[in-house]
Amino acid sequence: MTYALEIKDLKKVYAGGVEALRGIDLKVEEGDFYALLGPNGAGKSTTIGIVTSLVNKTSGKVNVFGYDMDTQLMQAKLQIGLVPQEFNFSPFETVQQIVVNQAGYYGVSRKEALKRSEKYLKQSDLWEKRNVQAQMLSGGMKRRLMISRALMHEPRLLILDEPTAGVDIELRREMWMFLKELNANGTTIILTTHYLEEAEMLCRNIGIIQKGQLIEDTSMKSLLAKLQYETIILDIESSGRVPVIKGYTSELMDDGSLSVEVARDQGINEVFNQLTEQGIKVLSMRNKSNRLEELFLKLTEETA
Amino acid sequence: MFKLYLTALKGLSVKETNRYLRIWVQTLVPPVITTTLYFIIFGNLIGKRIGEMDGFSYMEFIVPGLIMMSVITSSYSNVSSSFFSQKFQKNIEELLVAPVPTHIIIWGFVIGGIGRSILVGILVTIISLFFVPLQVHSWSIVILTFLMTAILFSLAGLLNGIFAKSFDDVSIVPTFILQPLTYLGGVFFAISMLPPFWQVISHFNPIVYMISGFRFGILGVIDVPILFSILISITFIVVLYVINWYLIEKGRGLRS
Repeated sequence: MTYALEIKDLKKVYAGGVEALRGIDLKVEEGDFYALLGPNGAGKSTTIGIVTSLVNKTSGKVNVFGYDMDTQLMQAKLQIGLVPQEFNFSPFETVQQIVVNQAGYYGVSRKEALKRSEKYLKQSDLWEKRNVQAQMLSGGMKRRLMISRALMHEPRLLILDEPTAGVDIELRREMWMFLKELNANGTTIILTTHYLEEAEMLCRNIGIIQKGQLIEDTSMKSLLAKLQYETIILDIESSGRVPVIKGYTSELMDDGSLSVEVARDQGINEVFNQLTEQGIKVLSMRNKSNRLEELFLKLTEETA
Repeated sequence: MFKLYLTALKGLSVKETNRYLRIWVQTLVPPVITTTLYFIIFGNLIGKRIGEMDGFSYMEFIVPGLIMMSVITSSYSNVSSSFFSQKFQKNIEELLVAPVPTHIIIWGFVIGGIGRSILVGILVTIISLFFVPLQVHSWSIVILTFLMTAILFSLAGLLNGIFAKSFDDVSIVPTFILQPLTYLGGVFFAISMLPPFWQVISHFNPIVYMISGFRFGILGVIDVPILFSILISITFIVVLYVINWYLIEKGRGLRS
């Protein structure tokens, strides 16, 4: 089977001796929406840097759609579109110049690039700004510009490194819709993000990197299934009494908030029953943290 | 893949050309003002008292040198500042992630340097026409030495851009190395006018060969044999090209 991305025993030691990657093995299937998670400095950006030729590897193999990056680098590069974490376009060029120039580096003729620029800039709501210098755009517009730029040569594999960092909620949701649609149309997507909600919402498979090693590589479903407990916060009407919920671990966080740990097979009906019996009114309910976040913290703490 | 590379080269060359045209006040106007002042002060005012040089008026003698000086400065600073700015703003990554071979990257920047040199060269030549009539001894030598000088100093500027870590590094080499070598390279005098010891030292200055060759193309007078000038230029071009290629290929200052 040909994978969109296949990484074998990838190692990176930076000058100065910092061991950023300690032998990563990773396979991303064609058409997948894959999340690469990990705490800061875990090795996510180094991995993406090597795949996109921005970082020199120390050893290991990287294949993109079957193209070996050691021997078929140009073919491999043609398959990839990168949306980097930091803005990396010329602030003095216009929006259209940036996307058209980038397409040219991938062999797209100027005529065709101009045509595509209309399509992708309209898609990202930047067409009206096409003649504006990039430095004049807002943060969200700059992010969208980088996505449009990465799509100009119509890559089969799109890699996004923290694409929604600093983007407001509305725009983030718009970008999610756009990426979902792109993936539905056949583009394989790899995403690194700090917003675990984003990964849970978008991605089918997930890899967690910790200290330069891949500590988890599985489907989002089976990863979430590993979550044995969820912590629920109940906002209760203050009664001056400490509620007791038999069979559950609970803690009164303050006068109005009760934290309850619920096992997967327990359900929460019984919690409400007991509280009702005690005459305690529940005003609202929420998860203590995002489910994936809870699991992520658990996994990274275990390997720390 | 050849067609792809050609499109990439075209794209990068257009981008580089747009860059120096966009900031024409910084890139095209200063050499015109500087050389106009040289023509007025050295050529016209002081030159009248100097008399003839190799059978030509002093003004006629310095025209090729001043054109070459503009070409050297323009090609060098165009490539060094463009490459370093792209490194600084990180948009060099646009090229590094794309299927653009190192040869194309080098030539894209060099074409930018050549283009700016040609424009500046034409502007300086037009200015010179206000002072002396244009004469050309050999068009082929003029074009050849002009292009080789532009290529050589574009490559030298690229090398500077690769090593530069700050904007200071981009201006140190032109100020402390390039400018003295240019002034001592025979822009305002014939090398034969120097004492024997300094004549020998001058032969280690590559700019002497460029100016001498170009002056031969314009006036037909020469300090060093033209073939030797051309060979020296080609040698420098090849050496600089190989060094640049090796450094970019290895990702010196570009990839961690």
